[in-house]
Amino acid sequence: MVRIRHPRDFWAGAMFTAVGVAAIVLGSKYTLGSAARMGPGYFPRMLGILLVVLGGLVALRALAVDGPKVERFRWWPTLLVLGSVVVFGQIVQTVGLALSTVLLIVMASAATREFRWKEALLAGVALATLATGVFIVGLSLTLPIWPRFS
Amino acid sequence: MDVFTHLALGFGVALTPINLIYALVGALLGTLIGVLPGIGPVATIAMLLPTTYALEPVSALIMLAGIYYGAQYGGSTTSILINMPGEVASAVTCLDGYQMARKGEAGAALTVAALGSFIAGCVSTVLVAAFSPPLSSLALKFGPAEYFSLMVLGLIGSVVLAQGSLVKAIAMVVLGLLLGMVGTDVNSGVARFDFGLPELTDGLGLVSIAMGLFGFAEIIGNLELGEKREVLSRKIKGFGLSRKQIRDAAPAVARGTAIGSVLGILPGGGAMLASFAAYSLEKKLAADPSQFGKGAIQGVAAPESANNAGAQVGFIPLLTLGIPENAVMAMMVGAMTIHNIQPGPQVMTSNPELFWGLIASMWVGNLMLIVLNLPMIGIWIRLLTVPYRMLYPAILLFCGIGVYSISNTSFDVSQTAFFGLIGVIFVKLACEPAPLLLGFVLGPMMEENLRRTLLLSRGDATVFLTRPLSAVLLAAAVLLVVVIALPNVRRRVGVQA
Repeated sequence: MVRIRHPRDFWAGAMFTAVGVAAIVLGSKYTLGSAARMGPGYFPRMLGILLVVLGGLVALRALAVDGPKVERFRWWPTLLVLGSVVVFGQIVQTVGLALSTVLLIVMASAATREFRWKEALLAGVALATLATGVFIVGLSLTLPIWPRFS
Repeated sequence: MDVFTHLALGFGVALTPINLIYALVGALLGTLIGVLPGIGPVATIAMLLPTTYALEPVSALIMLAGIYYGAQYGGSTTSILINMPGEVASAVTCLDGYQMARKGEAGAALTVAALGSFIAGCVSTVLVAAFSPPLSSLALKFGPAEYFSLMVLGLIGSVVLAQGSLVKAIAMVVLGLLLGMVGTDVNSGVARFDFGLPELTDGLGLVSIAMGLFGFAEIIGNLELGEKREVLSRKIKGFGLSRKQIRDAAPAVARGTAIGSVLGILPGGGAMLASFAAYSLEKKLAADPSQFGKGAIQGVAAPESANNAGAQVGFIPLLTLGIPENAVMAMMVGAMTIHNIQPGPQVMTSNPELFWGLIASMWVGNLMLIVLNLPMIGIWIRLLTVPYRMLYPAILLFCGIGVYSISNTSFDVSQTAFFGLIGVIFVKLACEPAPLLLGFVLGPMMEENLRRTLLLSRGDATVFLTRPLSAVLLAAAVLLVVVIALPNVRRRVGVQA
């Protein structure tokens, strides 16, 4: 049994190899052409092969050299931070800047252990006012402020 | 025309009221984010890029450049006051800057950092003005083969300072090049790797990638780390320097400026390497090296001058060759492209007012920083007392609005969040994102030049080695890899960084 001695690099290598393979497979439907007349598939194929080789090197080396583990992934803060922005993007056009801002701030603030409802809501309202002032009044962005009922 | 006529033209542009305002906004914003943890210049430029659509290109670039050097300035302020570098390039300033602050000489440390940066900025502005014309006329003679080799050199240069495995950093470059392939191929009109999403026919968004990898990922990382900041609460006074301090600092500033100007022009070298090198040199030359690490004024003066000189000279490869040498410069390429300016040697002749205006504005911006920031230190310190839990939601909000406003679609926002997730994975796997960003920006240009080269040579790849200039550039890239790969060099860089 081969032992993974450097998990962090091993998985990095595996990631590179996987992306390289994906590039080669997904890129196989584009015309390759020849060196003198490169088709749209030529350069991506080159890069895919290169990435597979480099990823392989990184992963193989991780079997020979000791190194740190992959740090634990904290799902909850990651999900809240990224989710707050995604939700904002989805609703801002219909719900308006004011309420989507409050929602973003509350959701994002919930990612810390020091989260307090009252503080987050207050910050949300303050930032909604500021954002409306700066982006809609100041920079005249075409975003609705309030929900549209239609 | 000589250097000074060019600079006169530049100052004519930079000193118009509107451009002065943008330089000021950029410099102040840069200082702000340099002081604040959790957001760096790359993410800030990404955030502001959409708002510059409506501006004149020169004003947009002046503001974005201001963010870059302003951030360095802000970074050194936090290095000195709270022993925490806002930006990597000022990491070394912590060593003696914070010790000076603990001895009650915070004011002197801040002054010497500001003056050193300013002097370095003046010298490097002249250098940029002097070296750009000959370099661009050389670059105009480049064929596609030379360009391709130059990009290889530039990309290899960008991995010089990457921590950890060199192969990993090169793999990140290749990954970036591949991401650059997404979207419509200019030659065949085929939409590549679009996963059936019509939004991807124009390619992935530079803003989304930069903000996701550099902004969101860092915020999530900071949340995991938790907060441990200690602000030096003592009142800061005594911004003046004693005669002895001036005598000690002046030669260090001169040497720092020289080192920064030389290292800054190397691809990938830039500000960070320069500040480390300058610090080591001062320590070697000092009459009493034991003072270093205990608040030696040279230990602040030299790296601060070096990183500012390096940062400004770093514009030379971008402005003359169109090759960005670090992630911030990659964002500048993006800024130029949205204004339909193709970065490269032709910019100087086709847009002289933009070229020289930008250069002159760096000097103006540096002057503004010194005039405005020393009196404003109190405000920056007070900002540091804002807890991070209040700060990051606001940063996320401005990122969200900024990305959304690019084309008023939620797709861009989701794309940014996606790259935020990728960024978190990169952090966990210790893969640095800066080389990826450079690869992404250069990918399409590299493919185009490779295609042209091989078309001209009828598929013969040996042209890269038979054309002398191209061969030299490739040899330099190989040499660079060998030098970095030598274990003792890497260990030394690792220890310092």
